[in-house]
Amino acid sequence: MQDKINALIDGQLPADQQAEVLARLTSDPAAQDTHQAWQAQRDALRAHYNPLLDEAVPDTLLAAATRVQQGRQQLNQWWRWGGMAAALMLAFGVGWLSHGQLDTQAGRQMAGAPALSAQAFVRQASLAHAVYSPEVRHPVEVPAAQQEHLVQWLSKRLGKPLKVPVLATQGYELVGGRLLPGEAGARAQFMFQNPAGGRVTLYLGALDGNAGASAGSSETAFRYSADGPVPSFYWMDQGFGYALSGAVSRDELMQLAELVHQQR
Amino acid sequence: MTDFPLVDHIPSLRRYARALTGDAWLADDLVQDTLERACSKWRLWTVGSDLRAWLFTLMHNIFVNQVRSAVRRAAAGTLVDLDDVADALVAEDNGTAQSLDLQRCLLRLPDDQRAVLLLVSLEDLSYAEVATITGVPVGTVMSRLSRARVRLRELMDGPAVAPASQSHTAPPLRRLK
Repeated sequence: MQDKINALIDGQLPADQQAEVLARLTSDPAAQDTHQAWQAQRDALRAHYNPLLDEAVPDTLLAAATRVQQGRQQLNQWWRWGGMAAALMLAFGVGWLSHGQLDTQAGRQMAGAPALSAQAFVRQASLAHAVYSPEVRHPVEVPAAQQEHLVQWLSKRLGKPLKVPVLATQGYELVGGRLLPGEAGARAQFMFQNPAGGRVTLYLGALDGNAGASAGSSETAFRYSADGPVPSFYWMDQGFGYALSGAVSRDELMQLAELVHQQR
Repeated sequence: MTDFPLVDHIPSLRRYARALTGDAWLADDLVQDTLERACSKWRLWTVGSDLRAWLFTLMHNIFVNQVRSAVRRAAAGTLVDLDDVADALVAEDNGTAQSLDLQRCLLRLPDDQRAVLLLVSLEDLSYAEVATITGVPVGTVMSRLSRARVRLRELMDGPAVAPASQSHTAPPLRRLK
């Protein structure tokens, strides 16, 4: 009965049960006494402490809150610029070379330059991470439970046998994957999650001719990019670009990137 | 894109911290610690999830850790009564006559009961949310809530309570849940 009384006074009781509980109270003097006492106690607590809500917030706390807010502002700015543009870009595979400018014919020609193409690639990886990793219900298109199908499907679309890396040693488990657009062919995104709910994504796909060819000859160089909503490590390997993105430290990101690369 | 109205939550956090610790300075210290933790951990907050519940979870964990480390420091090989040590993190009994002050009686509750009572009564959080914030099952939340309400009523209605140092019969150290 105590649980029901609690639920009644805390507004946690479904409407259909309220009448029943109130009726039981009328025939149970002890319970009614408890109900009245606890209701009064709850009201007294609120009356005693609610005036605090109207107090001016001390400067030190405002300053601390501002610091948190500033930390997030960078993310917000990317979203303000990129929210719409990113959605368009991901939908139509349009390269995004610079802040606020959608790709143009001239831009596309510029994109032939390998460095810019790689930069665009990693920015797209970071944006794709920011778009999909906050999703609770639909973070991926095909979940890890159907991993075999996921790999077969994406390998076919990307035109190359893919392997999903195992990141368990770093505490990350596969959530699943999805297919995304890309200029030189479809791209894949694999999402991983650790026990705290933190997520990283591996984004990969064919780079257009120039970037792929020039990078393939030299040894694989990991590059770090803080460009975009989240940082990434990226590298090129035999005509394919790979980017590992996530809101984690540079060290952790590098360890993950190396782990992925080792398993290719 | 959602806003990040962190500043809007400060008054609630201060209110909860004040009732939890019983002291204005300790309370604001706790809120400050919470905001600093939020600064370093903000990227762990999933966009779109409940910001208020996240902040209260951070604060609860900091408070619990502070009590735990105080217990460890004080225990150092001897059995310590948890209430004795926990008092160091909440307002000291300033020795005035035993008045039936609401805050004083609240502080007589075990920390875990007081936390649940305040989160439910002051913050209007659901039992499920309180379970998440305090990291225990809903059933435990319910039992702590009932015990808190029973005990607080006894303290408020009963005869004047004796100061902390006289009322203990040295029960063994309790594990903080």
